[in-house]
Amino acid sequence: MALDTDTKTFKYIGTRPDRPDGLDKVTGRARFGADFSMPGMLHGAILRSPHAHAKIVKIDATRALALAGVKAVVTRADFPTGLTGEDWNIQENVMAGEKALYDGHAVAAVAATSQLIARDALKLIEVTYEVLPHVTDVDKAMAEGAPVIREGAADYSVPEGLHPNIVRYMDTGRGDLDAGFAAADLVLEESYKTEAAHQGYIEPHACVGQLGADGKGELWCCTQGHWFVRQMCTAVLGLEATQLRVTPSEIGGGFGGKTTVFIDPVALALSRKANRPVKIVMSRSEVLRASGPTSSASMDIKMGMTRDGKITAASGTFRMQGGAFPGAPVDVTTMLAFANYDIEHVHHIGYDVMTNRPKQAAYRAPGAPMGAFAVESMLDELCRQLDLDPIDTRLKNAVKEGTRATFGPKFPPVGLIETLEAARAHPNYGAPLGPNQGRGVASGYWMNWGGETSASVAIGEDGTVQVSVGTPDIGGSRASMALMAAEAFGVPYENVRVNIADTGTLGINEPTHGSRATFASGLATVEAAKEAIGKLCKRAADKWGIDAEAVTWEDGFAKPSGPNAGEFPPLGIAEIASEMGSTGGPISGHFESSPDGFGGSFGTHIVDLEVDPETGRSTILRYLVVQDAGKAIHPAYVEGQFQGGAVQGIGWALNEEYVYGEDGCLQNPIFLDYRVPVASDLPMIDTVIVEVPNPGHPYGVRGVGETGITPPLPAVANAVRAAIGVRMTQLPLTPPRVLAAIKGRG
Amino acid sequence: MVAVHLWSGLRALADGQEVVEVEGETVGQLLDALVAAYPGLEPAIRRGVSVSVDGQIIANNRHVKVAPDAEVFLLQRLYAG
Amino acid sequence: MSKIHVTTTINGDEVEYLCDPRETLLDCLRDRVGLTGAKEGCGTGDCGACSVTLDGRLVCSCLVLGAEAEGKEITTIEGMAQGDDLHPLQRKFIEHAALQCGVCTPGILVAAKALLEKNPDPTETEMRYWLAGNLCRCTGYDKIIRAVMDAAEEMREAS
Repeated sequence: MALDTDTKTFKYIGTRPDRPDGLDKVTGRARFGADFSMPGMLHGAILRSPHAHAKIVKIDATRALALAGVKAVVTRADFPTGLTGEDWNIQENVMAGEKALYDGHAVAAVAATSQLIARDALKLIEVTYEVLPHVTDVDKAMAEGAPVIREGAADYSVPEGLHPNIVRYMDTGRGDLDAGFAAADLVLEESYKTEAAHQGYIEPHACVGQLGADGKGELWCCTQGHWFVRQMCTAVLGLEATQLRVTPSEIGGGFGGKTTVFIDPVALALSRKANRPVKIVMSRSEVLRASGPTSSASMDIKMGMTRDGKITAASGTFRMQGGAFPGAPVDVTTMLAFANYDIEHVHHIGYDVMTNRPKQAAYRAPGAPMGAFAVESMLDELCRQLDLDPIDTRLKNAVKEGTRATFGPKFPPVGLIETLEAARAHPNYGAPLGPNQGRGVASGYWMNWGGETSASVAIGEDGTVQVSVGTPDIGGSRASMALMAAEAFGVPYENVRVNIADTGTLGINEPTHGSRATFASGLATVEAAKEAIGKLCKRAADKWGIDAEAVTWEDGFAKPSGPNAGEFPPLGIAEIASEMGSTGGPISGHFESSPDGFGGSFGTHIVDLEVDPETGRSTILRYLVVQDAGKAIHPAYVEGQFQGGAVQGIGWALNEEYVYGEDGCLQNPIFLDYRVPVASDLPMIDTVIVEVPNPGHPYGVRGVGETGITPPLPAVANAVRAAIGVRMTQLPLTPPRVLAAIKGRG
Repeated sequence: MVAVHLWSGLRALADGQEVVEVEGETVGQLLDALVAAYPGLEPAIRRGVSVSVDGQIIANNRHVKVAPDAEVFLLQRLYAG
Repeated sequence: MSKIHVTTTINGDEVEYLCDPRETLLDCLRDRVGLTGAKEGCGTGDCGACSVTLDGRLVCSCLVLGAEAEGKEITTIEGMAQGDDLHPLQRKFIEHAALQCGVCTPGILVAAKALLEKNPDPTETEMRYWLAGNLCRCTGYDKIIRAVMDAAEEMREAS
């Protein structure tokens, strides 16, 4: 795809206008998932298993149904049978079948005339359980004798003789590891662990569903991807895809956790049974117990390096559990673990393991932070022991255009080197450090995504432009779409209105995930604009009596393309639009594709922190994010992605973890005990945007949303290592753990 | 003939080969040809693979054209997050 | 269980509603009075998304019972702008891109306004500790703090 950046400077792209939905969001007017109601609406509530693993022997809802105000109860018996594959997995997770598979697994649901009556009714549903042994740790779940989550769930890839909880196996790599390690001056081996974290979106899942006996339905929900919701709900409920229309609300955070469904099919099933709309809103403890946290990981890494800093060989074994279903993103972990570096001899083994935990869901660069923690920690240790600078060593090994990636193909243009150089040049890298303070450096990568995209643009009767995209606006993307449309049409930013269309209005769109919205919806918006511009030029050509090929579009005006085309004054978009109805009808453009050509984003972070030797508490002093955006459409929102990803990573590195008790139940399902970063934990987060354009997008865009969470886990761990002199290999680095390490060092 | 690189876990299903030559003008034709030549690859390919053609990642598109001298890698099917 | 009749003042207007004794002020604002600006992020007073003021004091409305509002004065995010005129904090939030998803924004704006009314010239540290009860998962707080600092400066100059 030809890169438009080569030939023009931008008028709107790269500026920082106010976002179009800003007024709604600062006044409380914007409607999020729980802010919607329908006439006649009932309130739903879900009964959840108190056991980590149990057979469901019997469910008796008689007393619940007898409570005044209760209109319907559903269990798995109200859902169709015969699903297979991931459709079955989702249905089984949404409503338990024969077994409760984790603490919080949905086993029944109630719809009633008020929220309080629904909750009271749950207590009247009698469930007889036969409690089974459970397992929540990934390594224990692989061991002989571990309780079996489900027989026969392993796919073709799993070798014979492994525990049934191991459901996928991967083996990727190249070269001669023995020769590679033999060529090293220093070889290190270490094991690392990360625990599950939650995306921590402040808005719990919420929806209002209406489903009739005729199989036609409407659903309002907070989601990153309403076409995914449509596909999953219709599969789980046995409906035809286009008979369910899903409208996305504003969304209060997702980070990957809202790319799937938990409560939506339940609301629709209750609605069908009660013949009234049903609203369900998850509580925070339901969100933590029973939505989709990340996997936890147990990893073994071995790397070899020459005295002057060249990595000669690397191998890793990655064991990850994704809850009671296949899907731990260990395929991505293995793909990206060593991807920053040019390594000839490399090998990865991965295991996807089931445990009695909730079904994992994506969280910002899913699978990558775990591998980055292990590999970038080991690289730091190699540098430390060989007395080498961490940035110089990364530069020595960094991939660039043409390097053969550790996962096989050659890299197109990428910006790792540029981010390392910018980090090294930044004043933070030379800031003086005092006692108990340490500095950590790490780099990370996310390959980003294209995905199915449909967008359309239409010209209003006054020449203003409306853009319809299918990617919900999680972080300000309406502004970026409007900037790209403004640039393409040559009209002021304020004259563009961006709408997030419902599933009935556009063709399929993948969610706002994979750092794809600015790239893919943006590209589709630009291409749709080009189609509309072609039609605008044709109207001018018709008016002037010349060929359409003789008309060009510039800065919002149709113009003859040269002196031979004729002398006509430029015809503006408003004037053409005012005559649309009598010159051929409405003018619009649309574009559908699954674009490849997405470009990955590299980032390098530097963190300085201080460890209190009496409490083990780490305080972040300085934090720098340097990351490649390709082309920053709206720089303030690019910086926002850098900062947000970094802080989530800081939380995961220092405090956040899922704590399961001996009983297999989640011990910390509220924000008091699942401790995410607060304002007083942090300093300002410094950012530098590097731009190595992506040739696959007309304006050079690379997705930026996800890379930011991969370097912080190792950067923080490396800084703690520097501060306390002890290498910690298990996250999070909570004060008790750090204190124990300090005391243990003697 | 196009050279298709297999990831290490697939090689055992293709007589131990790291690179397999097959006929095909599009990604879809190459995948079909791989399965025809090595039926053991069928479950992996049916489950879904992404493909890299001369460094460009093709997430999921059978109709992308592939030149005869292109360098093609099979990758684990990419999903987003 | 019969409902309780509550008469209260919200954003300067007298408001009446009927509530179940178990309902929180947050439930009543959202479901009885139609003011959905305050959000339930946690229900346990840990996230601050439900922040309102109650007789001038910043509170988590999820920790106040609907019945407790009787005879009190409540202000919510909906009362922050004066007609078309946004409060300087609201303007600065948009200008500084201090919101991404926007769900924590109403609570943070109410909390920041309460801070500046109490202390018109807070240091960055004072600001961060005051807002420590308002969780934001999207922004990392950087642009939020910059927006509050900028609004505070504008408000000091105006007075």
